[in-house]
Amino acid sequence: MNSESIVFIVLAVLIALFSVLSVTTKRIIRAATYLLFVLFGTAGLYFLMGYTFLGAVQIMVYAGGIVVLYIFAIMLTGKTPDAKQHSLSLAKKGAALVAALVGAGLLMFVIISHQFVSQSLSAEVTNEAAAPIGEIGSSLLSAGEGGNLLPFEAVSVLLLACIIGGLIIARKR
Amino acid sequence: MFDFAKVTNWIDALLLSFLPGWAATLVECVLVALAIITLYAVFAIILIYMERKICAFFQCRLGPNRVGKWGSIQVLADVLKMLTKEIIDMKNVDRLLHKMAPFLVIVASMLTFACLPWNKGAEVLDFNIGIFFFLAAGSIGVVGILLAGWSSNNKYALIGAMRSGAQIISYEVSIGLVMLTMIVLTGTMSFSEICQQQADLGWNIFRGHVPAVLAFIIYLIAGNAECNRGPFDMPEAESELTAGYHVEYSGMHFGFYYLAEYLNLFICAGIASTIFLGGWAPFHVPGLDGFNHVMDYIPGAVWMVGKTFFVVFLLMWIRWTFPRLRIDQLLALEWKYLMPMSLVLLVLMAICVSLGLTL
Repeated sequence: MNSESIVFIVLAVLIALFSVLSVTTKRIIRAATYLLFVLFGTAGLYFLMGYTFLGAVQIMVYAGGIVVLYIFAIMLTGKTPDAKQHSLSLAKKGAALVAALVGAGLLMFVIISHQFVSQSLSAEVTNEAAAPIGEIGSSLLSAGEGGNLLPFEAVSVLLLACIIGGLIIARKR
Repeated sequence: MFDFAKVTNWIDALLLSFLPGWAATLVECVLVALAIITLYAVFAIILIYMERKICAFFQCRLGPNRVGKWGSIQVLADVLKMLTKEIIDMKNVDRLLHKMAPFLVIVASMLTFACLPWNKGAEVLDFNIGIFFFLAAGSIGVVGILLAGWSSNNKYALIGAMRSGAQIISYEVSIGLVMLTMIVLTGTMSFSEICQQQADLGWNIFRGHVPAVLAFIIYLIAGNAECNRGPFDMPEAESELTAGYHVEYSGMHFGFYYLAEYLNLFICAGIASTIFLGGWAPFHVPGLDGFNHVMDYIPGAVWMVGKTFFVVFLLMWIRWTFPRLRIDQLLALEWKYLMPMSLVLLVLMAICVSLGLTL
């Protein structure tokens, strides 16, 4: 067992723990905070693998963007800081259980049928996987082989539509 | 220039001679963390003393002058006071989030502090995406501020947190764009490469001339707002909001916010000196070889800290000179003036670089 697997196990346990906490807690703002720690753990996994760009994007977009957006939304809409959720009905609990089991089954099926476990155990861990930033940039904006220009532009059109929608909702009449 | 990597390599080899690889890494991590925390505390003390003295001189007062010569150990006494103060437990607050929020702020601040390049070979966190990581780590702090405001169960704290959140998120846009402008000039995002380039080719503010100077000014304005300081300290606004998001905090939990505020000022100035003023790169005049040779004898860390304190002084000058803005003026300044200006600057810098107009 090398130091990388120790760090991986610590991160994995933290991610699992905070994921469970974030769905079981009764306070919505705490759920958002636990989600933040789950996202930090995921970013930690990326850094462990040497994908520093992906890790920084994870922190920037999810932790610094999405969770802040959630907290803003909760602060603007919540009534009191200790407003608790009412307990769920039995039917909803059953549906949640079925969804969770089906999801877990599907994930296990994919992992086992593609032999990810045996591959990752035999693969050598390298920290040199980090692609240079110039390479990432040019593949993001190239239209040729392996280029991602079309999805990039599609996302930017989507964001533009979001901005215009937000402006229309917020404009003064 | 002296390469600090020699020292770190020597320590690494020394530890590896009697420890297995993982243990040596662990010991090095602990040593680096201790060094960072010590520097963090020492710089906080120096900055608080500097702020009080500079504030006093701008207001024609003397400032602290009772404890020690020129009040020099006043801040140490304040630190002791802060450490021994009681942390008051309140009713009707979300205890867990209330206790955790200051730590989020201080962790974000320390992560960004670790990105600063101190000397050649003395960078702690140095990735190929250094500047991007710096921006990402800095964006964690706003979560701590929002959670502090929410969990305090106090309307002043909540309003302060909302204002602070809106302000930090808005001004992050200009900071990101200004940094992008400088990345266009340098062509790299790694702090060590940016510094090395400036040591070889001259400081970025001279190389990028007009767009770089304008970017530096926008960075100073946006950075000041990002630290919740200066004319932009709306989140605190003592007269209307008592103290903003940390009004309910006491003892060392308040101390963490105080520490993070001053260190964010230092980090903001440190990044300004790294990407505009050359970091540890000494001041060189092309052609004056004797002068350049003398400048090379001054260690890189002295250059770095000296430039940083120069920028800190500029920021304090701004803070104690201008009156506070209203919150709507604050957001209008960012979204209607600074952000369009930084977008134009980005295009201008791209044109300059592609036409080879940089020095």
